[in-house]
Formats: sequence, structure tokens, C-alpha cells
Amino acid sequence: MNKLAIEVRDFRKTYGSFVAADDISFAVNAGEIFGLLGPNGAGKTTTLESLEGLRTPDSGFMRVQGIDPSRESSRLRDVIGVQLQASGLPDSITVNEAMRFFSAYHKVAPRYDLIDRMGLTEKRDAQYHQLSTGQKRRLALALAVAHRPQVLFLDEPTAGLDVASRVELHSLMREVQAEGTTIILATHDMAEAEEMSDRVAILLRGKTVMVGSPMDITSTGAGLTKISVRTKTPTLSAPGGNFPAVSRQTTDGDYFIYYSTDIGPTVSAIIDYIESKEDSLIDLRVERPSLEDRFLEITSTSPTPTSQDAQ
Amino acid sequence: MRAFINHFLFEFRTGIRNKTLLLMNYLLPLGFYAMMGLVMTEELNPEFIKTMIPAMVVFAVLASTLLGLPDPLVAAREAGIFRSFKINGIPALSILAVPALTTMIHMIIVAMIITLTAPLFFNAPLLVNWPSFLLTFLALAWAYTGIGLLIGVISANTRITVLWAQLVFLPSILLSGMMLPYNMLPEGVAKVARILPATHGMNAFRALALDLKAEFDPTGALVVMFAGGAVAFGLAIYLFNWDSQNVTRRAHPALALLVLVPYIVGVLL
Repeated sequence: MNKLAIEVRDFRKTYGSFVAADDISFAVNAGEIFGLLGPNGAGKTTTLESLEGLRTPDSGFMRVQGIDPSRESSRLRDVIGVQLQASGLPDSITVNEAMRFFSAYHKVAPRYDLIDRMGLTEKRDAQYHQLSTGQKRRLALALAVAHRPQVLFLDEPTAGLDVASRVELHSLMREVQAEGTTIILATHDMAEAEEMSDRVAILLRGKTVMVGSPMDITSTGAGLTKISVRTKTPTLSAPGGNFPAVSRQTTDGDYFIYYSTDIGPTVSAIIDYIESKEDSLIDLRVERPSLEDRFLEITSTSPTPTSQDAQ
Repeated sequence: MRAFINHFLFEFRTGIRNKTLLLMNYLLPLGFYAMMGLVMTEELNPEFIKTMIPAMVVFAVLASTLLGLPDPLVAAREAGIFRSFKINGIPALSILAVPALTTMIHMIIVAMIITLTAPLFFNAPLLVNWPSFLLTFLALAWAYTGIGLLIGVISANTRITVLWAQLVFLPSILLSGMMLPYNMLPEGVAKVARILPATHGMNAFRALALDLKAEFDPTGALVVMFAGGAVAFGLAIYLFNWDSQNVTRRAHPALALLVLVPYIVGVLL
């Protein structure tokens, strides 16, 4: 059984009459990258902030490495690293000063090597406001991991980054994970969540609606698999090409595209049909529904979720 | 301790790097001092020259603490910097104490420049009692630093900060005896003026550092300023909020008005 880095059970938090989190439950295994997904107002930020010790839950159970975030804040500081979405740094602080400053409060030696690894060597003496968005994010990540936290919280770490910076940051996240750090990744970017997360939790209207690996989550939906086929001659355009489990079909240039609810019988039937017409296959692509498709399906169709859904 | 020293050094450099803080800590008080020295000559206004050193030191304290100190606190809270500090274990006390200390250091540097150059350039009389001058300066700086912190803590946004700061700054300039002699104020206004630390500061500077006639008890003025500073610091720590989005708070910001209590007691006694 995997050791749990984070446990959240029946977490509830309200602001006046507004219920920000109502019955949120999930657990994160040590060493995994765990995606926290949900539309705006789903309760992601409230959950993250409560795990970081910035908010006190109204009720429920929360532990980070066995620590109660609302009661043991000083112990919590030593085991967590946080990259906030907002700046979190004074404009006039330099990169080197920021590293010295935060390392000193964590009682560790400054990790100047991280500044180099993040590609900020040339910017060591630059003030924070002189850095680009990508450089700011990389600095924030360097500061968040400088004291070697056991759990790292990343809130929209790649928002506003160009493709190269994004790839670089993902590679750094993998390095940090390889060192044994558990990463909680809150993001709106479904492609990022699917690529980076070992498991994800989808929150909706303050409740957990689904927890699992991206593969598990995408395979459980009613999403249609897209099958694109190109043949030597346009055999598939002839009448008679009706295949099982296909709910709709279309064309895109030389490709015939089928949306199937059950890819096995559909692909077999297509290949049999092409062979029977003595045609030959040039290209066949199968694209399963993405996490984004499944997320949209869940968030657009889900009624008010129940706690049983999350189990 | 290493963390606190690091924090202090960074904050001190910020006081010079940041253009607004540089203006409020150095350029405005020294520019005003130079202008007043050139305009208010001995022939034009001999009374001003007599108290030029304390008046310009009081102005430097007002500029640093009311116009410089509160705004970065509000801006940092609004930008989520304090949230980041909290997550990284930086205590609230350091967040308030470090800018307060660095502001005091900037004020001491400016006060030294004024005190040493005014006799040389503008023929201002030398101080008679240096230890008393230092004690009065510390009491005044302590009192206004507390008020500056309190304004930074209770202001909802940077626009409100300016309003609160001006509400203290302008009367302090006009009524404290810096620009107009205190004994020329109508009795009622003079009593109101004693709610301001600058009035106590000017009175103590005149009596204790320059050996001029006191308008009221100068030792009492020192006590009132130290007590006022202590109450302001206490209230600032109590009312400190990490997060501008946090709807829960310890007490209503109006509690900050308790800072007036030592000054009102001073007037009554």
C-alpha cells in the first residue's frame, strides 16, 4: 500500500453564506503528481489554501504528511513548498536576494544551483519586476523547492508561458518528482494535467466528482473515439460502408472519419470492408477522448454531485 | 537571527532602490530642508532659524513614516506577497518590525545630515543638549513609525492609504509648531494640536535640545510619544492581516483610533 502524502476527507469551507467547498475528499500517494481540476468556483483554490494552512476548514479532515495544516503551521512550513499563482515577491528583490531571503527563513543554505538549473544565471542580480513571466515562474519554482519540501503545491505553474518555457518547467517538475517530492498541480490546462499527472481529482461546485488516473477517467466516459481512415481509392465513400458502433461519420480531405462508441468492432469492420473491396489502407488513426473532452462532459452534464461519486 | 538580518538588509536596500521610498526617505525631506534654508533666511524669519534643525527633522520623520512606510505594506498585501511570506514561515512581527527599523535608520541618516549641515550652511544654532535631542528624536520616530504601520495595516487599498496619511501629515505640518509658533495658535486649536506627536516632538526639541521656552511639560511630551508609539505598534500587530482577500479579521479597523488615547490623556492631564 502506498504511503499517503495528503488526505482530505469531507472537507467543508464556507465564506458567509457562500459554500466554497462542500464534501471534498481525496488522497494523494507519496511521490505522485496529483492534478486538481475544476472550473472556476469549483473549490480548488479553497482546498489548496486550506492544505497550505492559509485557511481554516469549517469541518472535515485534512493531513499533509500527517500534519494538520490548520493547527501545526510551523511544522507544515518545513514540509511544503508553494508556488503561488500571484507574484508573491516584492518588485525590487533580486533573484539572488530572494533565494537568500527565503532560504534563511527556512533555515537552509541558499540553493544558488537551482537558479542556474532554472536558467536564471544571467538574471541573478536582476530585480523581480525586470524578469519575464517565464523567468518569474521559474524563480518561484526554485524558491518553492529550495528547502527540499516533501510536498510541492503548484497553482497554474505554466499559465502565460510560451511553449519552450512550458516544456522546460514540465521537465523540472519531473526532476523534482524523481527526487521523491509529491506534487499537487492545480491547473485549468487539461493537456498539462493529462500529460503530467499520475492521478487527478475533478472538483465541481465544491464537491469531488471523480478521482483517478487520466486514463481511467477518460475511459469511463460516454466519449466517442475518433477513427480516421485513408485508403488508396475512395472505397469508403461507396454505399454499404456502414460499420457497427459508429454514431456519426464525416470526411476531412482524403480521410474518412468515424466516431465510435466501441472501437474494436468498428476498426475490425472497417478493415474487413476495405479488404473485401480489394482496396488498401494508407493510414488509420485512433484518438481516444482526451481528458479535456471527458472534463467537459462531466462539467456540462453532471447534476449536483453526490459524495458517492467521489468514492 | 540570520533570517531577520537578511530581511533587514533587503528592506534597507529597498528604501533606496524603490523610487517612491527614495523620494520620501531622502529627496523630499532634504529638498524641503534645502529650500527652507534658502528661503527662510535669518533676516526674513529669525524665529524659524532658531528651530530649523528640529523642524526639518520632524518633517523628515513625517515624510518617511506617513508618506513612505504605509504604502508598500498595503501594496504587498494586495499583491499576495504577505501570503507568500506566511507560507514560507516569515512571522507577522518581522513583516512589521523590519520596515519600521529600516525606516528609522533612513530617518537617522537624514537627521544627521540636517543636524550637521544646518549650522554650516544656514547659520542654524547648534544643539545645546545632544542626548536630549537623540531621546526626543527616538520618541518622535517611534510614535510616527507606529502610526505609519497602523495606517499600512488598516488601509483597505493604496488610495485609502494616501487619505489616512494626509489626514495626519497635513495637521502635523501646520499645527505642530514647525511652520507657525505653537503659542500663536488659538487655545482650542492648540489643544487639538497636542493630539499630534509632532507637537510633542517640537515642544521637547525646543525645551530639551535647544534650551528654549517649553510650551508645555517636555518630559510629559516624551512619555506621551513613547506611550503613543507603543499603543500604535500593539494595534498594528493585533490588526495585521496577511491577505486582502481574507474576509475574517480579528477586529474592526476602527479599533485603530485607540492610538489617540495616550495623546488625549496627555491633553487632559
